[in-house]
Parts: sequence; structure tokens; C-alpha cells
Amino acid sequence: MPSQCGVPCRRMVSTLMLEAENIGLSFGRRRVFSNLSLRLNPGEVYGISGQSGCGKTTLGRVLAGLQKPDSGQVRIDQHALATQSQWPVQYLYQSPVMAMNPRWRIEKILREPGPVDGDMAHTLGVQREWADRYPHELSGGQLQRISILRALGARPRYLIADEITAALDPVAQAQIWRALLGLTQTLQLGIIAISHDEGLLGRLGCDDRRLKLGHKPDNGLARTEAAASGQEPVVGR
Amino acid sequence: MMLVIRNLSVAFRRYSGLFSQDRVGRLSEIDLQVARGEVIALIGHSGAGKSLLAHSILGLLPGNAIVDGEIYFDNAPLSEAVLRTKRGRDIALLPQQTSYLDPTADVRSLIRWAAERAGKSPLIETRLAQVGLSHDVAGLYPHQLSGGMARRVLMAQATAGGARLLIADEPTAGLDPANCDIILQLLRQQADAGGAVLLITHDLATVLPYADRIAILNEGRLCCLAPIAAFHGAGDDLGSPYAQSMWRALPQNGFDAHA
Repeated sequence: MPSQCGVPCRRMVSTLMLEAENIGLSFGRRRVFSNLSLRLNPGEVYGISGQSGCGKTTLGRVLAGLQKPDSGQVRIDQHALATQSQWPVQYLYQSPVMAMNPRWRIEKILREPGPVDGDMAHTLGVQREWADRYPHELSGGQLQRISILRALGARPRYLIADEITAALDPVAQAQIWRALLGLTQTLQLGIIAISHDEGLLGRLGCDDRRLKLGHKPDNGLARTEAAASGQEPVVGR
Repeated sequence: MMLVIRNLSVAFRRYSGLFSQDRVGRLSEIDLQVARGEVIALIGHSGAGKSLLAHSILGLLPGNAIVDGEIYFDNAPLSEAVLRTKRGRDIALLPQQTSYLDPTADVRSLIRWAAERAGKSPLIETRLAQVGLSHDVAGLYPHQLSGGMARRVLMAQATAGGARLLIADEPTAGLDPANCDIILQLLRQQADAGGAVLLITHDLATVLPYADRIAILNEGRLCCLAPIAAFHGAGDDLGSPYAQSMWRALPQNGFDAHA
């Protein structure tokens, strides 16, 4: 039950499973994926990889409730997307600067979903002196930390991490992912990690929860089926 | 030496009040040489000054930039006048953002313009094939291209003028491994055919197999310039602690988060 101040009680929601069942989506005549199913429990990481244009981001957006699938359902604890007043899945973008209002200072950006948790800010390495800067005055790594902190302000159960460290240097990448993996334990947060970096996914402890999307013909024109197996249903763990 | 950078510093003038100005240093005392046949990867975290170095070489800095130091191309100083005749011909930029593609032109026109600017024939289909794209891509507009395709079109444009020095700014950002390999392979071929490549990237692991030397920028200074052979094991051969921490933070190494 949401409490008076709108913050859901963590313990009560911590058993919610994120489930996609037989989802399919097309853009016009181009089918991005079909019959795709996956399941994820809180505290787990699920890795999604595949070539560019294979639909990784689209799948992430569907799971985050930003886009409706043409068929199938996305559920959390048996509840479908539409019946939830607040969808507890937050989407993290590869370039966080594109997801922030350029005229807002960092402090205002962070407060948008709710009060900022000081401990969480410390865990993620967000520094106090960034508060009065504008997004363009911070580096990509700093902005990504802020965007994660902002997403956590909405008290999500799941994060969709769409190539969040692809543009960062190795040190920032390791720091951010180590912090996120810590949160999967302390907050029982589930994370869908979208990346084309197999080495990185191999570090996230999701070896038995992996989905490889799509195949692409040689001419480089993006045309993708659900999986390498074509019409066969794709079933994540 | 194809490119010689000597003691290059770049600062920006910034108004700190109505009448007073500050100088904010961004690059300090950069010394770097790129030889014919060489791919040098310039690595650094975001904000380290990588793109700034590229733009200084190409003379594309904004008006409030103050540049000190010398840059030579083929042993001649790269002045503004010389740059005007070299840019897009002998020296080309493979830009970071795919938004550099003119959104109102199709791929055919984009490549044709790039070639004709340097007095080369268009050869659209050949140039598309070189970057692994099919001929039907020629009729597409930039918004119809995926990230990997757009990057390859930029690559086709950059090489269409027959450039000998190619400055590639994050050419693989956001690409999957297959597309990364295509782009890096093309850059390697460019060097092997007698050109030279300055490859700017944050992605140390991906470029290692294609580069000859690695230069690492930190806070506007070159803290490490080492042959790729130095990047092995725990990185003990790397002189700079910053280079070591970067090497050890890779997922395939320690995934070590201590900066």
C-alpha cells in the first residue's frame, strides 16, 4: 500500500516479479520482435545484448512502460501495465543529457521524482557541489550518476539500464556498475542491463539470465526478427 | 612524421563579470607525433579534452579559444591558410555525432559532395561497399539510418576526399561489436595504405587490437604514451598510475573501481 506521502513500503513490494509474456512489436511492416518472453525477480540482473538496430532499446522501452507492445503483456506481480497507477520500472538512457531539462539545475532535476536520499547519493558518487550546475556543465559519467539517483528517487523496483556506460571510460563504468550491483542487494532492485559489451555483461552475474536479440542481413539495412531462430518463440529464463 | 604537435596548450577566455575575463586551461603542453602508417588511439574520460585536441588540429575551435604551441603537417606549420586547403582533402574528420550528416540530403548526395569537394569522382556504390553498406542505402536520408549505418556513411564521407590523415572522434560510440570492427578495420586499412589515423575514443579495450600506440589524456595532459604491448597482465609496464587504473577497470581485467 502506498503510504500517505506516496512512498510505497519496500518490504511489501519486494517480491514483485517483472514478466513479459509473448510480447511482439512492429514498426509499420518491420517486425522488431515477436513472441518474446522473459522473467526477472527483484535483486537479479538480466542481460540483453544484440547488434545495433535489433530492438534492444525498443524492448527496454516496452518493459519500462514507455511503449505499448502490439501483442502480449508486461506484468509485475501479475498486474498488467495499465492497471498500475505508477509503473515501478525506470528507464536509464545512454546519454543522460538528452533526458534532462537543459534549463534546470541539477538540484531541481534530482528533486523531480521526490526527495533526494543522501546515502544513495554518496553510494553513487554524486557530489553536493554539482547541485547548482546545469547539465551541460557536468561530464557524461557525472550525469549518468545523477540520472541513476533521479531514477531511484521514484522508488522503482526495476531499472532498465540501456547502454548506460557505453560512452564512459572504464573506471567510471566499473564504479557505476559496482554501485548498481550493490543496490541490487541492499534495495532488492532488479536491473535489465542492455549492452553490446559481452565482457561487461559477463561481470554482472547474469550468465543464466541472458537474451541475445536479433540478426541482421549483411547489407546493413536494419531488419530484425525476434531471434536468430526466426519465428521460434524467444524465451528468457 | 605526418603530424607533429609540439607543446600545445588550449585555454578559453570566459567572462567572469561584466568587464573581467578568466582564462580556463583545457589542454596543457601536449606533445604528440603521428607517423605514416600509424594508428594512434587517444584515450581519456569524458571532459579530458580529447575532442578539443582534434578540433585544435583542424582549426575548428570557437573564437574564445587561446591556442599556444605548434602543429605541423608534413613538416609544414598548419596555419589557418594551409588548413583551408587541407581540410576535407588531406586531413579529414570523422565526427562524433551522426548529426553532422545534413538531414536534408540523401546518402548519395552526402558522399558525392564530400568526394567532389576534393575533386574526386563520386563512385557512390564503391564507397558504400567499402564501408559494408548496400547500394540501396544511397537513397536513404539520415533519419532513416541506424547508428551503425550513419557512422559508416560518415566514414565513407571522410575517406571520399582521399585524406591521408584521418581524425576519428569516437567513431565506435554506441555501436555493436560487429559494426565497431567494421569501422576500426577501415581505419586500420587507411593507415596500412600509407595514411595515418588519430583515433579518439574512451573505449580502450575495443581499439587495442587495431592501434599501434595508445596516448592517454587526463585533465588536459598526456599522462601516458605507450605501445600496445605495454597493455597486458596487470599493466605493470604502464608508467602512469592513471593508465594503470584505466586498464585494471576493464571488465575483462579486474573491473576495478578504484580511480
